[in-house]
Amino acid sequence: MSKYLLRRTLISIPVLAGISAVLFTILALAPGDPFEELATNPNVPAEVRMNLRAKFGLDDPLPVRYARWVVAMARGDWGFSFVSRVDVDTLILQRLPATLLVLGSASLLAILIAIPIGTYSALRPYSIFDQAATTLAFIGFSLPTFFTGLLFILLFSIHLDWLPFIYRADISVTGWRWYWEHVRQAIMPVAVLGLCQAASMTRFMRAAVLDVIRLDYVNTARAKGLSEGTTLVKHVVRNALIPVVTLVALQIPSIFGGAIVTEQIFRVPGIGSLLIASILANDTPVVMAVTFIFSCLVVVSNLAADLLYGWLDPRISYR
Amino acid sequence: MGERDLRTLLDEVRRGRLSRRRFVQMIVGLGLTAPMAAQMLASAGLAQAQAKWTFNPTKRGGGGIVKTLWWQAPTLLNPHFANGTKDQDASRIFYEPLGAYDPDGNIVPVLAAEVPSLQNGQVAKDGLSVTWRLKKNVVWHDGKPFTADDVVFNWEYVLDPATSAVTVGQYRDISRIDKLDNHTVKLVFKSPTPFWSAAFCGPTGMIIPKHLFQAYKGDKSREAPTNLKPVGTGPYRFVDFKPGDIVRGELNSSYHVANRPFFDQIEMKGGGDAPSAARAVLQTGEFDYAWNMQVEDEILRRWEQGGKGRADIVSGGNIEHIQLNTTDPWTEVDGERSSTKTRHPVLSDPAVRQALNVLVDRGSVQEEIYGRTGVATANFINAPSRFVSKNTKWEFNVDKANQILDAAGWKRGADGVRAKDGKKLKFVYQTSINAPRQKTQQIVKQACAKAGIDLELKSITANVFFSSDPANPDTFPHFSTDLQMFTTTMTQPDPQRFMDQFVSWEVASKDNKWAGRNPTRWRNEEYDRAWKAAETEMDLVKRAALFVKMNDLVIQNVVVIPVVFRPRVAAISNRMRDVVQSGWDGDFWALAYWSKQA
Repeated sequence: MSKYLLRRTLISIPVLAGISAVLFTILALAPGDPFEELATNPNVPAEVRMNLRAKFGLDDPLPVRYARWVVAMARGDWGFSFVSRVDVDTLILQRLPATLLVLGSASLLAILIAIPIGTYSALRPYSIFDQAATTLAFIGFSLPTFFTGLLFILLFSIHLDWLPFIYRADISVTGWRWYWEHVRQAIMPVAVLGLCQAASMTRFMRAAVLDVIRLDYVNTARAKGLSEGTTLVKHVVRNALIPVVTLVALQIPSIFGGAIVTEQIFRVPGIGSLLIASILANDTPVVMAVTFIFSCLVVVSNLAADLLYGWLDPRISYR
Repeated sequence: MGERDLRTLLDEVRRGRLSRRRFVQMIVGLGLTAPMAAQMLASAGLAQAQAKWTFNPTKRGGGGIVKTLWWQAPTLLNPHFANGTKDQDASRIFYEPLGAYDPDGNIVPVLAAEVPSLQNGQVAKDGLSVTWRLKKNVVWHDGKPFTADDVVFNWEYVLDPATSAVTVGQYRDISRIDKLDNHTVKLVFKSPTPFWSAAFCGPTGMIIPKHLFQAYKGDKSREAPTNLKPVGTGPYRFVDFKPGDIVRGELNSSYHVANRPFFDQIEMKGGGDAPSAARAVLQTGEFDYAWNMQVEDEILRRWEQGGKGRADIVSGGNIEHIQLNTTDPWTEVDGERSSTKTRHPVLSDPAVRQALNVLVDRGSVQEEIYGRTGVATANFINAPSRFVSKNTKWEFNVDKANQILDAAGWKRGADGVRAKDGKKLKFVYQTSINAPRQKTQQIVKQACAKAGIDLELKSITANVFFSSDPANPDTFPHFSTDLQMFTTTMTQPDPQRFMDQFVSWEVASKDNKWAGRNPTRWRNEEYDRAWKAAETEMDLVKRAALFVKMNDLVIQNVVVIPVVFRPRVAAISNRMRDVVQSGWDGDFWALAYWSKQA
């Protein structure tokens, strides 16, 4: 097991190096200039811009810049934002709590919806409930988050005027009001992301339970007189969760991807909106750092999925 | 309109036959700016009206929180590093300049005790110096007094090349600053400077404290902790800043204006997009103020009907215009397209330029596309024009275009496109990707087709078009096509800097890595002379006449075809009082005076 882990970790180093090289090249080839606003402003002399470019090393050849980035990264230096003139890790750390809060709540919501509904659908396949759940799930994962987000805003903020659609990380009120305000503003972004995840997860859950429920040991459990509830929870769901958990782990990167759009729509000050703002401002060090974190997430969650699978299903061994 | 006419107008104001406001409008109709008009009136001894506020509280604070929304989020809080108006505005909550510009372009003293003028002797007659007297009761947020040393320090700080301050353009013409006493400074200029308020006034004039920045001048400038935690003199004290997200401030209890500000807290939230920001103010009322509403006028009007807020429209110096290439973009000389060694094969014919000028249907562009947010204009430098200049006017007339082209010998070919000597009237017309711009392109293309001119439309993503990448031929300074369209912004209330985009030494070329300010590559000795004369002309009326002349030269030679000037639009809650945008200064120029009805 530990040998396996070590091997996988070692393999991921060249993978990440490759990813970072590709990212860096693409970003360098992409058009745009972090000092664009200065270029179009007649009051800023061109020398200032040239000076800044030289200072931030933008005029150096690509391999030199990449080498510098790798060396700095290896030493734990994430670089320096051109636009904010702040260290990139400070920026990212500031944004992380909001993203984790929204993503965490959304995943929790998804699990709370998907597992009971998926299981129940599988217990009564092709019943009216199952048909309805299946249809809704299809609608759920066919609708992109940016669209549901806008629909939610139109309905709940504009027409009904129930919920705010601008997310504020620091709310000045204290006490219960503080929690209440946070919940209120988080409802829509969490619902948008959570429902989207729940939709696909419901389908996985249903399929997994359907597979398990026909197996002999379930019949055995029933035959030895276990109650339907115990059979379901202890024998069916537990085993059905194995593929679902790995799928969830594999999905984490794409959830972060969906969060980018959602964060932008609701102005959640998370990593996603930082990424978009940085792309628009051509703030390469920040874009590089965030995309690199995302690619690390892909690698790590793949590994985690493999390990989890083995842990949940002891029949699988690592060699 | 020349110098003498301007003097006659001033005389009429003096005799009371013409109102000040009307005079300002006329000057602006001539393609000048409101601040220039204000300067002229002031130097003619015609007193300026002071801004009046409807709400005059008897104590500080008590107003709760004011919530403002910027769809571009501020990223740093040092005014000398500002990457655009968003950063300038965020800094303005905490920092203040010596003087601000009101909507009519008058200088309103902020940290100065009074506005310098020729009358009070603080502006030298030769234009070589200006003396500022500073307010005496001003303290920084940390309690230290604000003095002349701070003013001198700002100039030193900005001028240090290693600091890379973006405001250096405003300060480098000062040869030295003398501290006359603790609250008086004298700015000495290198040459006569009619626009002496470039430094220390408006968005680029904010003053940072010496005691917190002196250790971080030059190379170390980016390490200053105060870059992110400002300590200023402004109406609000710093509370919290998350780059790219939110800025918060609280009432400054020792603010130097009595009984101000009204609000206990201020919040400036950034990010998102313009339409939803407009919604948050106009439809749901979640926010009190939203900046720069680049939203279709039709939509704004619909949302305004809810009665929660209004779109406030104020003219500034943004002009959407079409540039005509003077050089040949299709021939490469020494590895450079649009080289000044070439002449445009077709556009060098003035008749073609005249024809194009009457083929841009500015009226339709305004009506169909921009509404209140883009007003048809004939002038390159603009502000509100209920007036049309006597010298320039725009028209849309396909028949006239046809006549001009017929007379110049451009004959229609079998395909309906005109040609002469084997050269066809076919142009490539580029702009950035932006829905209103693509619609404008269509309107122009249709009109041109009727006159036998074939336009090929090209749209380039804004990231590329507006970049300064010397390697990319699709940027606007490269101008590798015949026509191009975009908005240029007059970022300060004096047209001198703005009008340098037509002087011959600013031509964008390979030699200056396309950093030159003149993309049309137009060169005209008369224009160059007028520009140089205006730079040091201390007689404001003569100077105004010079700018009128420059504007007319550009328009009459059809170097550019102005389309619409684009006023600034903000969404403001109907409950807000005394929130006035100034087209010549940042949105927060009078933040201390904002208040809100309960």
